[in-house]
Amino acid sequence: MTAAISIKGLEKTYGNGFTALKGIDLEVQQGDFFALLGPNGAGKSTTIGILSSLVTKSAGRVSVFGHDIDTDLMAAKRCIGVVPQEFNFSQFEKAMDILINQAGYYGIPAGEAAQRAEKYLKRLSLWDKRDVASRMLSGGMKRRLMIARALIHEPRLLILDEPTAGVDIEIRRSMWQFLQEINAQGVTIILTTHYLEEAEQLCKNIAIIDQGRIIYNTSMRRLLKELHVETFLLDCRETLQEAPVLDAYPCRLIDEHTLEVQIDKAQGMNGLFAELAGQGIEVLSLRNKSNRLEELFLNLVDENAEKGAA
Amino acid sequence: MSHWRSGWVAFVTILSKEVRRFSRIWPQTLLPPGITMALYFVIFGNLIGSRIGEMDGYPYIDYIVPGLIMMSVITNSYSNVVSSFFSTKFQRSIEELMVAPVSPHVILLGYTFGGVARGLAVGLIVTLMSLFFTRLQVQHIGLTITVVFFTSLVFALGGFINATFARNFDDISIVPTFVLTPLTYLGGVFYSINMLPEFWQKVSLINPILHMVNAFRYGILGVSDIHIGVALVLMLVFVAVLYCFSYWLLKRGIGMRQ
Repeated sequence: MTAAISIKGLEKTYGNGFTALKGIDLEVQQGDFFALLGPNGAGKSTTIGILSSLVTKSAGRVSVFGHDIDTDLMAAKRCIGVVPQEFNFSQFEKAMDILINQAGYYGIPAGEAAQRAEKYLKRLSLWDKRDVASRMLSGGMKRRLMIARALIHEPRLLILDEPTAGVDIEIRRSMWQFLQEINAQGVTIILTTHYLEEAEQLCKNIAIIDQGRIIYNTSMRRLLKELHVETFLLDCRETLQEAPVLDAYPCRLIDEHTLEVQIDKAQGMNGLFAELAGQGIEVLSLRNKSNRLEELFLNLVDENAEKGAA
Repeated sequence: MSHWRSGWVAFVTILSKEVRRFSRIWPQTLLPPGITMALYFVIFGNLIGSRIGEMDGYPYIDYIVPGLIMMSVITNSYSNVVSSFFSTKFQRSIEELMVAPVSPHVILLGYTFGGVARGLAVGLIVTLMSLFFTRLQVQHIGLTITVVFFTSLVFALGGFINATFARNFDDISIVPTFVLTPLTYLGGVFYSINMLPEFWQKVSLINPILHMVNAFRYGILGVSDIHIGVALVLMLVFVAVLYCFSYWLLKRGIGMRQ
């Protein structure tokens, strides 16, 4: 099956001499829900910009569902819907008009465009705002409007550049559900995000990009398996003066009722509770200190930075 | 869907968006030229014009009406495209077009015909306004329409090029203020170049607006300072050159794509 996205040797050097991409190879299969992660300035938005024709590449080949962007750009464009990081619609136009115009740019006649606009405005809970100028919408509504706009021509590939930035938790969850629904309907999705929890929840495969290079590319399941150590915060009933000394578990005192303990997946947790009970410490509750993916992400980026420095 | 059909829908979308835009803000776009030109008609046409007498065998107000119509067409065709396209760039909504499978020809035609539509709408308003002050008897209707259309197209394309290079709002007012306005005032709107010394007559001939205004005046009154054929060829050459340059800018994404 043809890959949804095939990128080979992609390079980009901007006019000011800054090299944002240093030869990226990447494939995203049809139907995938793919996360592209990386710190600020890593090259995520440049990659997406090239895919969506907003940035001109310096070298390399890119094809979208088999359509090379150098030789068959219009066909490639028809396959893609883009939700950019920053709001980029006319502030003076109404939500409905923005969608109908966008459909028109894809050659969809006004009548059909109006029907599709209604469908997506309703699905994204924006129907009652259809006659409101876009500048009057809240941040979350603007994000949803950009998703509706990206879907108006019913693309096979949806690219979202940090779609839930600045969106409250409730709306973020509803957007996740919506994206999972359209992915289940066969739309390939590529997502960049700073919320690593988002990538962990939604994505099947992941690539980590740093300093213009892909430093990791694997399935989410395999990636999470590689995380051996998790950090937990334990709430204890007793007032503690210092961290207990545990044989198999690195442990430190956060405050007089909270311990931070690192647990290797191979160890399990029974031994920990047994050791704590042996020292007369009762655990009332425990929680993950941080997102596991976040830890791995930071480790990989740090390793890459060290390699670069070396 | 065929390539042509899809392109046509995109063109109509851009054009209707542009027409809706200038119609929505009519107090800024359609009303001011009507008021300004009415003042010109009253002051220069009636009050001062009655003391000037005839120009090329016509009452002064009749002589300046074609020039004033052209002045409003030129200004509005240019300013519609320059402000609309720059605003599209400024708000980044140009990206809506850049990600879509829209040919640069369609984008260019959509915006320039939007400018032509406003230029012609304002031209019509000013023409109707002039009927309160004089009786227009158009001598060559086909030529009049041809000249006003191509003049409008030339300046709409000029506005597009200006918007492409503009980086801030100051950049979109420099050309209208320092180039278009002087060329229009010196382009035979208010006088016949036959009144000038021979040297300045020759200098005036390098002003393209002089040719456009005179060709339009010939269409309405049947008098002109210049050869109509030259004016028509000049306009066609301007359209061809400006269109090709605008297309090249769009194709390369200059001022738009990183």
